[in-house]
Amino acid sequence: MSEVRYEKATRIYPGTEVPAVNELDLDIADGEFLVLVGPSGCGKSTALRMLAGLEFIDHGSVYIGDRDVTLTPPQDRDIAMVFQNYALYPNMTVAANMGFALKQQGVPKEERAKQVKEAARILGLEEFLDRKPKNLSGGQRQRVAMGRAIVRHPQVFLMDEPLSNLDAKLRVQTRTELTDLQARLGVTTVYVTHDQVEAMTMGHRVAVLKDGVLQQVDKPRTLYSHPANLFVAGFIGSPAMNLVEVSRNGGPPSIGSLQVPVTPDVAHDLESTGGDLVVGVRPEHLTVGAEGLPGKVIVVEELGSEAYLHVQVDHQHEPIQLVVRAAGETEIDRDDTVHIAIDGPTHVFTPDGRRLGT
Amino acid sequence: MRDNTGAIVGGSRVKSTLLGLMTWAIALIIFFPVFWMVLNGFKEEADANTNPKLFFDPTTAQFDEVTSNPAGLLGFGEAFSNSFWAVGISTILVLVLAIPAAYSLSIKPVAKWRDVLFFFISTKFLPVVAAILPLWIIARDLELLNTRLILIILYTAMNLPLAVWMLRSFFAEVPKELVEASQIDGANLRGQITSVILPIVAPGLAATALLCVIFAWNEFFLAVQLNPVDGSTVPIWVTSNVSTRGNFLAKLSAASVLATLPVVLAGWAAQKRMIRGLAMGAIK
Repeated sequence: MSEVRYEKATRIYPGTEVPAVNELDLDIADGEFLVLVGPSGCGKSTALRMLAGLEFIDHGSVYIGDRDVTLTPPQDRDIAMVFQNYALYPNMTVAANMGFALKQQGVPKEERAKQVKEAARILGLEEFLDRKPKNLSGGQRQRVAMGRAIVRHPQVFLMDEPLSNLDAKLRVQTRTELTDLQARLGVTTVYVTHDQVEAMTMGHRVAVLKDGVLQQVDKPRTLYSHPANLFVAGFIGSPAMNLVEVSRNGGPPSIGSLQVPVTPDVAHDLESTGGDLVVGVRPEHLTVGAEGLPGKVIVVEELGSEAYLHVQVDHQHEPIQLVVRAAGETEIDRDDTVHIAIDGPTHVFTPDGRRLGT
Repeated sequence: MRDNTGAIVGGSRVKSTLLGLMTWAIALIIFFPVFWMVLNGFKEEADANTNPKLFFDPTTAQFDEVTSNPAGLLGFGEAFSNSFWAVGISTILVLVLAIPAAYSLSIKPVAKWRDVLFFFISTKFLPVVAAILPLWIIARDLELLNTRLILIILYTAMNLPLAVWMLRSFFAEVPKELVEASQIDGANLRGQITSVILPIVAPGLAATALLCVIFAWNEFFLAVQLNPVDGSTVPIWVTSNVSTRGNFLAKLSAASVLATLPVVLAGWAAQKRMIRGLAMGAIK
């Protein structure tokens, strides 16, 4: 168990000029579950592989504990990694797969068997120890990959989209188990995913990357309530935040005829900021009622416990769509006219993505 | 319910039966000379030569004769032991050298690996006959003429490019994550190769080894040029049964059967390994 630190770590793939990971600064505390999230190609996997030692670090450094591992080969970093396709050794049994790392460390056979058994017990794999990976289901393979990681008590767990090959139901279940397992073992974990639901539900903190640049790293709740910039605002949250471009003519920002309430610090910033803005409101902070901005319902997404209405409204003489959360089992139908009001916090950004206020 | 057992998608039954018959016919035509050779080996000289018979009293006399009577200077035992050494050692050497080469051309490719790969195959462009004179002179100067060592060296060199090419393509099939996983699990280079890569490419390894064995076992030109007196191999022993005093077809057939047998056995053994490797489901 150890803390992990990236210091201006940069990876530039040979033959390219734009860094895949650009001067990443990130402190991960001992025992923390940190999730790296972002769209494909944002550099999250590269960042993880830099920590694993599978990717050369062109500039900057990476520390595990107080050890500078920038130039340390993977086999000497004392880490364990779970791969997206699990990368189980096909020629070995489950037990041999899980014991492979211990064997490389020269752990005696009996001790190895004991530790493998213990890990198998934790993961419910005891009856499969003699099987080969090809005779296991996807979920079982995923567990073996987990078992291979936990059996060696590494300083850091690295996970590269470990749930993305499972079907939806199993993924949700495994997500919970994994969170629980990490909490019990207390091992520092770096977890890569493109799925922001996984990021929000699993991470103690979440680091959002875009084009190799760290956008924000914070607790999931803070990320949701105070996105540091326009990209994070649009990326975190499902359905996504409503983002509306607003051209200003002196007065306070408004969506259509609907005036956008802002906090005093945003109002203060607005005074010194000229030009256009982007206003963000989450679907749950919009309400339908008797009064407000009129609009036509285009689509109703009924989820049972709640419903999302896609409403077309007039904004600066252009039709735009807003997503509004309504109560489940809603009476509202397609083509109905509704009135939208803002009831909750709003977010204001400059067109280049900077957040106003705090 | 409709029964589709035995149905062929997109083709009639008659057509597929015809195709099957044709395949068998072609296979039999190709196999017939081999079959005739084996048959001849068990005949008296008269039955094989002057008046070829399909039905005859089988005898092992020809086998006894080719194995016991040293025809000319080269004996059966000597030729076989020379061949076994030259083929066995050269094949082992080829694999020992080709495995690391294949690793550094596929799994962790060196810079300009395509050029390296091309260089390997380019060494096969020159016909052996064009190189035989310098080879002979070098062998003479090193006092390696008529030794097993010269054949071991040349067979290794001869098969190495092919083995590197074959193994490289098999290694390239190994999922990259498996090698990375083994690295993270703490395996050094040797551990990665022996515990992870080789078990997965075992069928390919067997196929490569088999080809090396076949090519080296059947090699005639180098052996006959460089080792005419000592260190001669089985193909030369077979031709030593060709006589100017007449056609001893039965005897020659018996010698050929004996010369073929080890290769057939090697093929059979390699095939078992190949099937076992594939059945392991290693390569997705």
